[in-house]
Amino acid sequence: MKQVFRNKKISGLLTVLPEQEVWFDDEVTNYSFPAHQSMRLKTIMGYERHRIVKPGTAVSDLCVFGMNHLFEHGYLRKEDVDAMILVTQSPDYYMPPTSNVIQGTLGLKRDMLCMDINQGCCGYLLGLMQAFMLLELESVNKVILVNADVISKKVSKQDRNSYPLAGDAATITIVENSEQQNPVYFNLYMDGSRNHILKIPAGGFRLPANSKTAEIRDCGDGNLRSQEHLVMDGAEVFQFVQQEVPPMIEELKSYAGIGDDDIDYYLFHQPNRFMLEKLAARMGVAKEKMPMNIVTEYGNSSGCTIPVNIVHNLGDALNSHVYKCCLAGFGSGLTWSSMIVDLGFMEFAEQIIAPY
Amino acid sequence: METIKSILQDIRPDFDFSESSNFIEDGMLDSFDIVSLVSELEAAFDIVIDGLDIVPENFISIEKIGKLVMKSGGKL
Repeated sequence: MKQVFRNKKISGLLTVLPEQEVWFDDEVTNYSFPAHQSMRLKTIMGYERHRIVKPGTAVSDLCVFGMNHLFEHGYLRKEDVDAMILVTQSPDYYMPPTSNVIQGTLGLKRDMLCMDINQGCCGYLLGLMQAFMLLELESVNKVILVNADVISKKVSKQDRNSYPLAGDAATITIVENSEQQNPVYFNLYMDGSRNHILKIPAGGFRLPANSKTAEIRDCGDGNLRSQEHLVMDGAEVFQFVQQEVPPMIEELKSYAGIGDDDIDYYLFHQPNRFMLEKLAARMGVAKEKMPMNIVTEYGNSSGCTIPVNIVHNLGDALNSHVYKCCLAGFGSGLTWSSMIVDLGFMEFAEQIIAPY
Repeated sequence: METIKSILQDIRPDFDFSESSNFIEDGMLDSFDIVSLVSELEAAFDIVIDGLDIVPENFISIEKIGKLVMKSGGKL
């Protein structure tokens, strides 16, 4: 699916990180592998520290904290929120939608749309696509895109495949119409036939949680997890990314009529350093143009990593400069998507720490 | 080939790689061992291994790993 959106602008970005930092060095003994093996992976994969919420914290806590920051600092007025999209795979409840919970907690107006979207590492781009489409409605002038996950709660602490990179975060993106903005180019692919390579098998309606699904066991690869934990086939995910992402980016650049030199930054989802280095090499992109530091600094917070990447690496420069950026997300579903968009002249691009 | 043997032994000292004809099927290398192996091979042979070549079948034996090194521009 290819699409161009016109007169759309990202006018502000806020990232909300939990205050608790967990260090890989302190976790090595949790895994059933020799410490020297795990430590060898530290540099290669970029494991150093990750942000994990404290027990009892739900997604809406991070989102409400961030939204209140915007209201208190005058970046946003409650009455201007016409639609709020929450992209998460760790909602507060099955029912009601967590976006409604956030709306109610904040006391937002009733004449608005709340929508939850179940998407993972590609969730920022799907959220932006939905925001841009909503802005075509006459009654919608400002959309709040919220990406948030506390997925660490669903990753076994004894699973070296996944836990060292797990990160929690929330991000808030203000999306508006704008007469001055260059077109936004977007493409999207999905392949549900490979849905099993990133999955939480139990806990939904297909296989409800019970005492058996909660049993922690050795899954044959030395990692210990239950059926209620996230399971990732790392080798399959790696090949998926190496095979599918480069042609997707080439297709989008061709569609946009944009060459390699026109792109200032490639701001991609952050699975791990090794995968990104191999991706950059396959695409012929200089490492300086593709930041790979987010897993090392904060962990992989699923659909939040692209905005966390943008704010961490461009930050204040986004207030006074404009950069032509290529964004890309890829993950559960399988889903993969990219976007060429001008980022800059924002009203704010900030990172805050939440006491969760 | 001696360099490859040495790297394998360093990554998984608990196995004797000369006794296996398929390191993957015999459970001697998992996907994270392969990541470590790729990193060590790239440093030892001053090569860059293409991401599409990082598939289990290229790591089943010392001969296969040697072929991958040569395909990536390395000299054995």
